[in-house]
Amino acid sequence: MSLLDVVLFLPLLGFFVLLMVPKANEQASRIGALVISLVIFVLSLGLLSPYWFATPTGYTFSTNVSWINYPPIRYHVGLDGLSLWLVLLSTLLTPICVLISWTYIAKRVKEFYAFLILLEFGLIGVFISLDLFLFYTFWEISLVPMYFLIGIWGHERRIYAAVKFFLYTMAGSMLMLAAIIYVYNQSGTFDYVDILSKLRSGQLVFEARTQMFLFLAFFVAFAIKVPLFPLHTWLPDAHVEAPTAGSVMLASLMLKMGTYGLVRFCLPLFPGAAHASSPWIVALAITGILYGALVALVQPNMKKLVAYSSVSHLGFVVLGIFSFTQQGMDGAVYQMLNHGVSTGALFMLVGYLYERRHSLEIAAYGGVATPAPNLAAVFLITTLASVGLPTLNNFIGEYLVLQGASQANFTWVIFAALGVILSACYMLWLYQRAFYGKASESVSHHIYDLKPREWAAIIPLLILMVWMGTFTQTFLPSISAQNAQILESTRPNQAAAFLNGAEVNRAR
Amino acid sequence: MPTSAEYMRVLPEIILTLFGVLLMFLEAVMDDDNKGIFAPLSIAGLAAGLFATLMAYLNPGPAFQNMLVVDGFSTFFRILVMGVGILAIFSSSGYLRREGSRGSEFYALILFSIVGQSIMAAANELIMIFIGLEISSIASYILAGYLRDDPRNNESALKYFLLGSFATAFLLYGVAWIYGSTGSTNLVEIRRVLLTGGQPIALVSTAAALMFVGLAFKISAVPFQSWAPDVYQGAPAPVSGFLSVGPKAAAFAVLLRVFMTAFGPVASSWMPFIWGVALATMIVGNFAAILQSNIKRLLAYSSIAHAGYILVAVTANSGAGSAAAMFYLAAYAFTNLGAFAVVSYFSRKGEQFVKVDDFAGLAQRQPAMAAMMTIFMLSLIGVPLTGGFFGKFYIFKAALDSNLVWLTVLGLLNSAVAAYYYLRILVVMYFREPGEAAENIPPAGAALQIAVYAAALGTVLLGIFPSTVLDFASKAALK
Repeated sequence: MSLLDVVLFLPLLGFFVLLMVPKANEQASRIGALVISLVIFVLSLGLLSPYWFATPTGYTFSTNVSWINYPPIRYHVGLDGLSLWLVLLSTLLTPICVLISWTYIAKRVKEFYAFLILLEFGLIGVFISLDLFLFYTFWEISLVPMYFLIGIWGHERRIYAAVKFFLYTMAGSMLMLAAIIYVYNQSGTFDYVDILSKLRSGQLVFEARTQMFLFLAFFVAFAIKVPLFPLHTWLPDAHVEAPTAGSVMLASLMLKMGTYGLVRFCLPLFPGAAHASSPWIVALAITGILYGALVALVQPNMKKLVAYSSVSHLGFVVLGIFSFTQQGMDGAVYQMLNHGVSTGALFMLVGYLYERRHSLEIAAYGGVATPAPNLAAVFLITTLASVGLPTLNNFIGEYLVLQGASQANFTWVIFAALGVILSACYMLWLYQRAFYGKASESVSHHIYDLKPREWAAIIPLLILMVWMGTFTQTFLPSISAQNAQILESTRPNQAAAFLNGAEVNRAR
Repeated sequence: MPTSAEYMRVLPEIILTLFGVLLMFLEAVMDDDNKGIFAPLSIAGLAAGLFATLMAYLNPGPAFQNMLVVDGFSTFFRILVMGVGILAIFSSSGYLRREGSRGSEFYALILFSIVGQSIMAAANELIMIFIGLEISSIASYILAGYLRDDPRNNESALKYFLLGSFATAFLLYGVAWIYGSTGSTNLVEIRRVLLTGGQPIALVSTAAALMFVGLAFKISAVPFQSWAPDVYQGAPAPVSGFLSVGPKAAAFAVLLRVFMTAFGPVASSWMPFIWGVALATMIVGNFAAILQSNIKRLLAYSSIAHAGYILVAVTANSGAGSAAAMFYLAAYAFTNLGAFAVVSYFSRKGEQFVKVDDFAGLAQRQPAMAAMMTIFMLSLIGVPLTGGFFGKFYIFKAALDSNLVWLTVLGLLNSAVAAYYYLRILVVMYFREPGEAAENIPPAGAALQIAVYAAALGTVLLGIFPSTVLDFASKAALK
């Protein structure tokens, strides 16, 4: 039993522990959730140890034991440069979400924290599974707590949003399940590592047509989660209706399940189809970048604005992945983390404002900087990080994505860069409208500055914004090494096998 | 002269019959104060039946000139229907007390119904199948109308009886045709004759089609599904739960045995047909369920849809398909019995609260029961770590093995549609404020709690450790 297993199963244990807490004692569930999630976070820091000074090849902390005899489904988990940071982001954001919900969640407190910790279990599981079946299991499990988080503690249209969220994801993942079973029937194993080695050695060949169908089945499931234009329509609803902690988990981590899946499974398993589809996928990604930005520009609702900005930012990630260049992929993965940090922080800050003024309409604010200078300063830093100011985190990711994209096709960069400019427009305009100007009476009456608990929740993210913007060496080497491997497996010989799939098939 | 080993192989049915008769006899001689022992007694009978089933399996083989056969397949289904019986009794004793009905006939009828199902599971011969089906059905007709003062019960029983007898007639007619064309009613013999060829295909197809009509009614496959919502809605809730799993499992056992063994040689002529029925059943069940506001009707349509999934496994016509169907029926039995048990608890006296909306806010008043209902609904949706998920997974895996790609894709998309109406139940339980039904809801009785928790435990265990059951099903599956 490795440290990774402990980090994975402690949340599940925590879920049951929290269920045992007496319902009336709300403070106990809050403190319990905080302690559990902090312990998990501290333990998860131990996962860094192999990566701190060197970049190990292969998977660390892997456990591979049989779960179900037949069909052979294994509990196979492991960590590499790609999953490490997403796991850490999950364990970091959970205690933060506990903190920001401290007073925000007033009803059914115990259940809230139980679901939050259960969500952490699902998320960590998704990021470390190396068995397709296990991956699918966690993929679906993570759906359930989020459904309840939105449905019970959300705003007015929460039920509509929760059901829409569940059904969208479910529809996508059903196709993925069909594809997973098909891959198993062809390869005789669910083990991701085995399947890859069979693909590499030529024991397993997906001919062009089949490969395209399988790729699409996986891709649609992931694209819904990302979400890629035009499959994004569930996202604004889910974000606007979710409680703050739900939005943070959704934006920072659940959307990453989609992009993670693209990098981890879609490219290495179906390289030929991925290459062949890249033109239209990139076109959708760029459309999403511009569409998300333009819609964000005209949103009167703060949370919706941030939600649409996510559509735009995630477009960059997809663009980077499907540029098939080292820089583009590095940038995409880095951007996944950046978006998790800065958009998570934005949702938290919007939540702070909502807790004070009980409105998400930008028009209800104005002049907030006067009664709450610290809140304004923190919001400004986050805004600047989000629009990609150099020395802050998003700049690195966006730059790498654009550089990678330019190597693939310079025209893409022209359009994508427009998205960067637009993001500055909508974010700064939001900031100007909400924080500058003369504070109306209701604003100065309701708004107060950050409390210590709120500081405690936001400071780690502020530190990360600066750290990730300046000391990229902490993160990039392990990510790059992993991406280099993935790119290697999608190199032309594999793609050629796709193009000649018909001949290969005949030869068999 | 039958040997003692042959008697051993029908001992489970003998024991259950004796216990049924004993219950009827005790009803006549005992005074009202002691009628609490009927439920424990019937459970003891089922437990003895289960034990006899296992003993019979130690020495498998045919009995009574090949009329019955004890093999893995029949043992699996015998255990399944008796397990269903035990859970059904646990979930109904409190219900009956609440409705002021304390007679022993209820338990005797459950036992007789299970005798029939158990015979169906072990039958190796068309006449035995017919006899088993009749025993099971007649007991079920009475159970559906058990609360005889309630007009809904009466309507339910009459509908079930009329349509059911009609369907049985079709089955019997099919038996006659196949006897006419092959000269035998023994499944293995029919298979042998069909393998030698020479029978007019039109004759054999007609026989297969007629028998399929009869069985399709019992499993509520489209287009013979229309009785199910009315009957499930009208019958007492625990009986609806029993009807949706027990007779259905036995009918699937027969369907698998008849079509894979007897009609196996002509599989290419019936496979496309069942393909269409499977798809239509899934689609009709799921889309009609979306429109329901009564939870019993909703679960009825859901059970139609699930029959469609299992028909996908039948269409696969392989050992894997047969094993998948068996696993699915086991998982579905736990899940659906549990769901109906919760419904019978939430609906209260006289089943006042059977609308989906009546479940509003129950999670806040009865969090444990609501959590169990959530497990059942997630299992019906097919979310991982529940038996329902593995059932679907094995079925569609078997279907893909048999190259039924389109049926798999359409079936899986269907289950995404299904998520919508199961979620509605979670929505009202968790996301709405408590309504009239949730106020003053009394705590659940002990027996019902046992039924619900056992069903939930079974659902989750089959979802986390499916190997044991699946391995047994794979070994026992018809090839």
